[in-house]
Amino acid sequence: MAGIVIVGAGECGLRAAFAARNAGYAGEITVIGAETTLPYERPPLSKPDAAGVIEKPITSKEALSACAIALRSGVTVTEIDRANRQLQLSVGSALGYDKLLLTTGARPRTLACPGGEHARVFRTIEDAREVFRSAGASTRVTIVGAGLIGLELAAVLIGRCAKVTVLEAGPRPLGRNVPEPFAMRLAERHRQRGVDIRCGVALRVCTAFSVVLENGQTIDTDLAVAAIGVTPNIDLAEAAGLTTQNGICVDAGLRTEDPRIFAAGDCAAVQAPDGGYRHYETWQNAQAQRDVAGANLAGGDARFSGPVWFWSDQYDLGLQGFGETEGDPAAIRDLGNGAEVRFYSNDAGQLIGAAGLGPSNAVSRDIKIAQRLAGATLDPALLADANQNMKKLLRAA
Amino acid sequence: MAQWIDACATDDIDEEDLIRFDHDGRTFAIYRSPDDEFFCTDGLCTHEQVHLVDGLVMDYVIECPKHNGQFDYRTGEAKRAPVCVNLATYPAKVENGRVLIEV
Repeated sequence: MAGIVIVGAGECGLRAAFAARNAGYAGEITVIGAETTLPYERPPLSKPDAAGVIEKPITSKEALSACAIALRSGVTVTEIDRANRQLQLSVGSALGYDKLLLTTGARPRTLACPGGEHARVFRTIEDAREVFRSAGASTRVTIVGAGLIGLELAAVLIGRCAKVTVLEAGPRPLGRNVPEPFAMRLAERHRQRGVDIRCGVALRVCTAFSVVLENGQTIDTDLAVAAIGVTPNIDLAEAAGLTTQNGICVDAGLRTEDPRIFAAGDCAAVQAPDGGYRHYETWQNAQAQRDVAGANLAGGDARFSGPVWFWSDQYDLGLQGFGETEGDPAAIRDLGNGAEVRFYSNDAGQLIGAAGLGPSNAVSRDIKIAQRLAGATLDPALLADANQNMKKLLRAA
Repeated sequence: MAQWIDACATDDIDEEDLIRFDHDGRTFAIYRSPDDEFFCTDGLCTHEQVHLVDGLVMDYVIECPKHNGQFDYRTGEAKRAPVCVNLATYPAKVENGRVLIEV
């Protein structure tokens, strides 16, 4: 009876179930989800419309039933018993597995300062509803963390609330893998719209009505949100004796050292060709890893290879990128109309990353092509020439 | 009632590429395939209503600029999650160097 069991019903886990079915797996598939709703997409949560938070289900009951995928909602796993190949469930029963996929995701970090519990986090649809319910016209909002989530939230809340302040511990916004000129341009757009971004600040204490900084400043705050990153959910794997770092360690086929157990998505750390483990927290990573995990659960031998792509929409600007975008770019491509793509290469001249910023989706196509060109050795002069059709470079590579 | 509309010149679309065409309050995507055939679909992705004009055409597949959903633009068939609803397609033909679509 024991077939595939997937722990975590998000973008990666739930769709991995479909991928396993599509790959020809004929046995039982069970997906266990902690949330009680039908699994939903997370990216829309930070983009509410006039009617409120958008709930966009990943699948339907009909689709689950058509693929004979059993979804157990509102259930968590309390223990993996590897010797007996079974899971202990929060509802008291046990569930056997033949193969197990851990897609347990990640949880938001909370503020470490005294009173940090006053700050809300932003991960689930309930979190999103709470934040937007609390964000009225007279609300003074303080967002801690000027990463992608913090700034996307600021962009939405500045139109609705009296005041939006973003506090960042680092020297600049988007310090994690967004090229500095793009980070500066986005920050400038936020300031134009009235968002108060303060970098290099530390928190002393939060109260129900204020955030106090180490420098003594007090920011009157009705709604505080912590957007300071996530911690992968590795506790279950750790307790089962599986190797973990900043994620559950898996090979490129997303297998842990236990041949029956796989991990994918936000909770996984995947071995790279250089031997090190890479942990990604992007939507496309969940997308790519679910396909690999699904195929391999069904007995295949698919391999995950980076780099992964991300996007962020703030006001009229769309940011997209993939791979490594640190240091000086190998080439800068000016697409006109305020859209620009920066390409990054390693010492051998191979393309290892690119990032673009422009109105709406203006940089999307070039980033998609660049991602397909990853690893190729390209002439920077051709990359920089906006009259060169990127697709020709792809055909030639 | 559907009628043939003059949308663009054949040369307005690069090979293996697409353009946006708006008509009568609706928006479309018109494609030129690698073997020089022309196709027409709805302009907006069925997943999040993002316009496909900024997407990437590879062979007979259009990839949405936002969430990487893919469609076969000849048939409108949804090819990769997150898209699961097919894209509407419309007849297209070439006459005297012009692309006509029936919408």
